[in-house]
Amino acid sequence: MAKITVGQKRCTVNPLKISQSIGAALAFMGVHNAMPLLHGAQGCTSFGLVLFVRHFREAIPMQTTAMSEVATVLGGFENVEQALVNIVGRAKPAFIGICTTGISEIKGDDISGFLKLIRATHPELDSTALVDVSTPDFEGAFQDGWAAAVTRMIEELVEIPLLANRLTKQINVLPGCHITPGDIDELRDIFESFGLDPIFLPDLSGSLDGHIPEEYSQTTMGGVTLDQIRRMGSSVCTIALGEQMRGAAITLEHRTGVPYRLFERLTGLAANDALMSYLSSISGVAVPRKFRRQRGQLVDAMLDGHFYFGGKRVAIAAEPDLLSAMAQWLCEMGCVIQAAVTTTQSPALERVSAEEILLGDLEDLEMRAAGADLIVTHSHGRQAAERLNVPLFRMGMPLFDRLGANHQVSVGYRGTRDLIFEVGNIFLANAHEPTPASWMRTDAYAQPCASIAMQ
Amino acid sequence: MGTLGSKIQQVMNEPGCATNLAKPGSERKKGCNKLLAPGAAAGGCAFDGAKIALQPITDVAHLIHGPIGCEGHSWDARGSKSSGPLLYRTSFTTAMSEQDIVFGGEKHLYQAIKEIVKKHNPPAVFVYQTCVPAMIGDDLEAVCRAAAKKVGRPVIPINAPGFVGSKNLGNKLAGEALLDYVIGTEEPEETTLYDINIIGEYNLSGELWQVKPLLDELGIRILASISGDARYHQIACSHRARVAMMVCSKALINVARKMEERYGILFFEGSFYGIGDTSESLRKLSQMLVSRGAPAELLERTETLIKREEARAWRNIAPYKERLAGKRILLYTGGVKSWSVVAALQEAGMIITGTSVKKSTPGDKERIMELVKSDAHLYDNLKQREMYRILKEERVDIMLSGGRTQFVALKAKVPWLDINQERHHAYAGYVGMVSLIREIDKALFNPIWEQVRRLAPWECEKTENALQLHIA
Repeated sequence: MAKITVGQKRCTVNPLKISQSIGAALAFMGVHNAMPLLHGAQGCTSFGLVLFVRHFREAIPMQTTAMSEVATVLGGFENVEQALVNIVGRAKPAFIGICTTGISEIKGDDISGFLKLIRATHPELDSTALVDVSTPDFEGAFQDGWAAAVTRMIEELVEIPLLANRLTKQINVLPGCHITPGDIDELRDIFESFGLDPIFLPDLSGSLDGHIPEEYSQTTMGGVTLDQIRRMGSSVCTIALGEQMRGAAITLEHRTGVPYRLFERLTGLAANDALMSYLSSISGVAVPRKFRRQRGQLVDAMLDGHFYFGGKRVAIAAEPDLLSAMAQWLCEMGCVIQAAVTTTQSPALERVSAEEILLGDLEDLEMRAAGADLIVTHSHGRQAAERLNVPLFRMGMPLFDRLGANHQVSVGYRGTRDLIFEVGNIFLANAHEPTPASWMRTDAYAQPCASIAMQ
Repeated sequence: MGTLGSKIQQVMNEPGCATNLAKPGSERKKGCNKLLAPGAAAGGCAFDGAKIALQPITDVAHLIHGPIGCEGHSWDARGSKSSGPLLYRTSFTTAMSEQDIVFGGEKHLYQAIKEIVKKHNPPAVFVYQTCVPAMIGDDLEAVCRAAAKKVGRPVIPINAPGFVGSKNLGNKLAGEALLDYVIGTEEPEETTLYDINIIGEYNLSGELWQVKPLLDELGIRILASISGDARYHQIACSHRARVAMMVCSKALINVARKMEERYGILFFEGSFYGIGDTSESLRKLSQMLVSRGAPAELLERTETLIKREEARAWRNIAPYKERLAGKRILLYTGGVKSWSVVAALQEAGMIITGTSVKKSTPGDKERIMELVKSDAHLYDNLKQREMYRILKEERVDIMLSGGRTQFVALKAKVPWLDINQERHHAYAGYVGMVSLIREIDKALFNPIWEQVRRLAPWECEKTENALQLHIA
């Protein structure tokens, strides 16, 4: 088990982390006809919005309460009120998710109280669902905000079912923020193959998967509907994806009695075997033939690929659940985790086999990644990778300098198989030709398993 | 916040700004700080503006004092290019925690500055204030003063927390910081009669380098560019320039005007976008340098260069004329940029169907009317829904706009070209205009347009015909 340490630097250099506030905002975007609203200065929204636009290459619905200095001091009631009225007047969303920021938290604005007052005086908001979530950006990280938003939606929107009227085919799926729209599509296909009817909360696959809508909309299109969320209490079970979703799954179970099963990851052979067994048992359907074939293909890819993964040293920086999934899978393929950096505390980190996991930034990663065969992190790792001359595999948020961030798939047998090809091809492309000099290096013999290509 | 408050008042009431002067007295003090409508606002904050204005200074460490949201979401996002140092692309932030908020973030900030200097030894550290430390009362100026003494170099406070106003206000507050703490603090190794400052140019996609060779050829030296591809020392010495050019954005007009007041550096407002504007700017620079004592032969050399470069540019645009003639273009950009490029677009035979006049002065509007003549629409505020309708229903062949409206065009399956600050192509000077025309041509004639507009087989009434065509 890795030792988890907290960096002692005073200055964060090249941040790995992004904030809770926009983690929550993104979760809200997985609801149909939604508008996330950040309660803060307009910059809080515009920075987050630009980040998402660059990542998804899509128009992003996101609004601000546009807090001024004076409003911040006096309290933001009027700003929240006006923002809601304006948004409903202009964009007519079915749902508004309100995320706090550092300034509204420090001021201590009581959003839940605000909403009660606003509801009482603005009947025009009656047909719009409102959910608020506390997401200060001086605490936690992106995945914490995402998880908090999902928990709040469950608390506010899921209806408590009458008696145990379970629908045997309906299941809830709570994906963590590292599950891409492409992953959700893949998972939906898997669940439906077992005759199950999944409700994803949130569901970015409809809203941020890059599609051409028939007409212009200012709010999200696709995504889970409010009606579906309300009905989650009558599902037969809940599948939570990633440790970050445990809290939301427990909340749902307490509220509705729907039992949950947490899959900390769905990348790798064993992880997907577990999923298949579980789906087969809850559905009473034998594992369909296509997955038997896919499993065979994955096993074959592992056999073909392991030559290039074995002994490779990988430096990885990501949020806990993504880090945990990728690091464990890489180790299963024979890699060694040379360095691991993450953003926030999580039980998921305990399962990563690395000497140390540091709560730190990309400078920390850079200082530990020299000589590695691969760096895995989001696009901001590009400067470090270039300076160290180590190839970079981009994963996480934001991915702004490559196409297709929303369709990167790493779940399921098929997703794992393709991931082997993608990462394996990077190792292949960067294989160093031996030269007479490469055998002169004593350290080529020093470490068992270490790559010959140490620089 | 007393000093910040008065600073804001001062930059709001900018006498150098024609737009502001055109307003009645009482309005004038409010400057361009529009009241933001909660739930209907779209722009960046003052901190955003301050960072945009100063971050192109390449050898300085830019340290953001605030929680992770301010810097974590926005770093390494702008395409300001450097011909040398790369420190400006490294992100530094105190990433304030709850503990900082309870106990105050001043000590944390002080230690962060020391860490940066120890690791990177930059000529100066710029420290940016944000909302959270401003709220809890962290005294940015005092920490910078103390740190500067400790680390033995300038530590410059940039006091523009996001909630004080817009991006534009942040630009100006950043300019004030340069005026208060940087400009005039060092002396150049040598001065010449041909020294100029360029103010408000950020070298996005390397645009400064499209123009610099022309200035080099004329023997005109950029003493300081504020702030594209700048070094700290250049800006500190910039008070020794002879004349200054403020490029089209009015973002740093306070810097240009105050440098004229303090150091007698005459400035003019010019643009390097568009062939005519580039020539006009070069001409004006030479004239002003000559009026300040440079030998008059500069004028003649400038005219020769203009003649040669203009001819070359038109020659390079000519081959596109046939392909672009009659193509209808919707220009949608906030700044003065649009009319700077109109002439070149028209020269290539394109028709302007509409343009935005949101940020334009009455003078600007007149000029546009004159240029586009015909029945082009002038949009004050075109809602995205309406823009989508226009693109879908009216005949528009291409839209030129900023990233914010990119997906309105693409989802309407209309070719689109980025002409805002996030663009990846450089469009300045003579070569830039040719490159703009080339990019338009590339966008318009990409073979995907014909394909993506085709109906899917199941949408097609004559499905069978379509399939047969496909097989054939």
